[in-house]
Amino acid sequence: MAASTQPLAPSLPSGLVAVVKRECPTCELVAPVLRELAGRASLVVYSQDDPSFPEGLSPRDDTDLAVSYHHRVETVPTLIRVEDGVEVGRAIGWQRDDWERLTGLTGLGAGLPDWRPGCGSRSVDPDVAPDLAVRFEAHRLAARRVEIAEREDEAEAFFARGWTDGLPVVAPTERRVLSMLAGTSRAADEIVATVPPDLVPVSVEKVAINAVMAGCKPEYLPVVLAALEAICNDEFNIHGVLATTMPVGPILIVNGPIRRRIGMNSGINVFGQGNRANATIGRALQLVVRNVGGGRPGEVDRATHGNPGKTSFCFAEDEEGSPWTPLAADFGAAPGTDAVTVFAGEGPRCIVDQLSRDPESLARTFAVNLRALHHPKLVLAFDALLAVGPEHARVFRQAGWSKERLVARLHELLQIPGRELVRGAGGIAEGLPESVADATLPKFRPGGLRVVHCGGGAGLFSAMIGGWASGAVGSEPVMREIRS
Amino acid sequence: MTRVVLDPTSERTPAQRRRLARLATLAGQRIGLLDISKARGDLFLDRLEQRLRERGAEVSRYRKPTFTKPAPPDLRQRIAVECAAVVEALAD
Repeated sequence: MAASTQPLAPSLPSGLVAVVKRECPTCELVAPVLRELAGRASLVVYSQDDPSFPEGLSPRDDTDLAVSYHHRVETVPTLIRVEDGVEVGRAIGWQRDDWERLTGLTGLGAGLPDWRPGCGSRSVDPDVAPDLAVRFEAHRLAARRVEIAEREDEAEAFFARGWTDGLPVVAPTERRVLSMLAGTSRAADEIVATVPPDLVPVSVEKVAINAVMAGCKPEYLPVVLAALEAICNDEFNIHGVLATTMPVGPILIVNGPIRRRIGMNSGINVFGQGNRANATIGRALQLVVRNVGGGRPGEVDRATHGNPGKTSFCFAEDEEGSPWTPLAADFGAAPGTDAVTVFAGEGPRCIVDQLSRDPESLARTFAVNLRALHHPKLVLAFDALLAVGPEHARVFRQAGWSKERLVARLHELLQIPGRELVRGAGGIAEGLPESVADATLPKFRPGGLRVVHCGGGAGLFSAMIGGWASGAVGSEPVMREIRS
Repeated sequence: MTRVVLDPTSERTPAQRRRLARLATLAGQRIGLLDISKARGDLFLDRLEQRLRERGAEVSRYRKPTFTKPAPPDLRQRIAVECAAVVEALAD
């Protein structure tokens, strides 16, 4: 089906233009002022609800809101000055000073109060605005239209077309996609990234379609866009992350004020279900990889086991309760920056320590657990993300341990004698070549261990998340700032 | 009523590229063997090289830097120029 044809944006006549509605008391109040203006200048009035209002001014009918919508009228009355068909200024509500400055006339509205706020324009009424967007903006959407037949079940139609991750999706209608696009100031046709494995350039619009399907709200879209930029590059290497037989997927960690603004969870059940932003932002990202990039399990995705987080693994750091700087700062983000960091990781596993009350003891607990990551005899091959819970973090806060000190201590504790790592040691064939027997090797490369603070306020637990092949041969964590 | 939704996919109709004709014989042909840098892939390719040479083929060996990423374009170009066919082996 072809996209709807483009309606022309109505142009405004030169002179003064007023947009009003009878339902608005301030518009009633200024009706005499408008009659006064009509006598002293060239004035055209548009009425949003009653073409006979204001009496005596022959108002033009804007009950279809075409003028109000195209000229972004948010409040009535709005008085606009137009020269040669171009707007040169506007006054909103009734404010004598503003009206006099705009019109170049004095003594307007004698007897009226100096100031009255206006009312909301009908064109921004939440019940009306989405329909206007469809009517006036749908032609801008470039995506192919797909018809769902009358007797076809909507949810089933999307499963049948292979567009879902195994869970139902929200139908990406023009109305919903336009609402989603309102969540960003970026143009719908802007190319965000080139998505592996098919190396398809993806537009903001195409991301918005998949974000609708994932269940995102429009205010989540900037996070999805930033995350997509973060995974589609040679450093993060989403192609390899997708194709590997290991159980990893992109994990999204969000920092900055946007966490609170969009209601993300950084507390109780932080990795679990129940929070819409956490659940749908990561899902939207994966749907883009699937639907646009063509990355599907059993095809390019060759994971032996995968992990449930490959549907969505996205969470916020608890910055307010943290003794440390945010994760994004470790990658160079300024304080207070909205940012998303992506890490190629598996599912989280719990570290229990309910007795340590000094930082050295607790660091040792972390170290022995981290040592076992992927295999106790394999070192330098994988990164890790250590998610310290608030009750564990308190131990470090009280002892004055910075994040840098904790990480440095963990690196010290994770220096492992080569003799324990070589093939055959411990009766286990897996391991490193005999040549490292006399060396001491670190479990993690420098920068290979990252720390984030999150989780509920009760429970002396932390969590560790194993990574994939680290560094240039595999994947580097990547941070991107979130642009509105 | 018919409902209309927006296509979430790449909208790519795969370009229908015809496959090259199958080699009629291996004798005298240069066959590329691409090692993707997975452990012990070389053992498999050594054996393959031996079998191909027994059938009269010439063999060139190639190796990509890491199995986690696609082969660099230069390497792909070189193989395409130098060989009549290539075997890319994935070992796991």
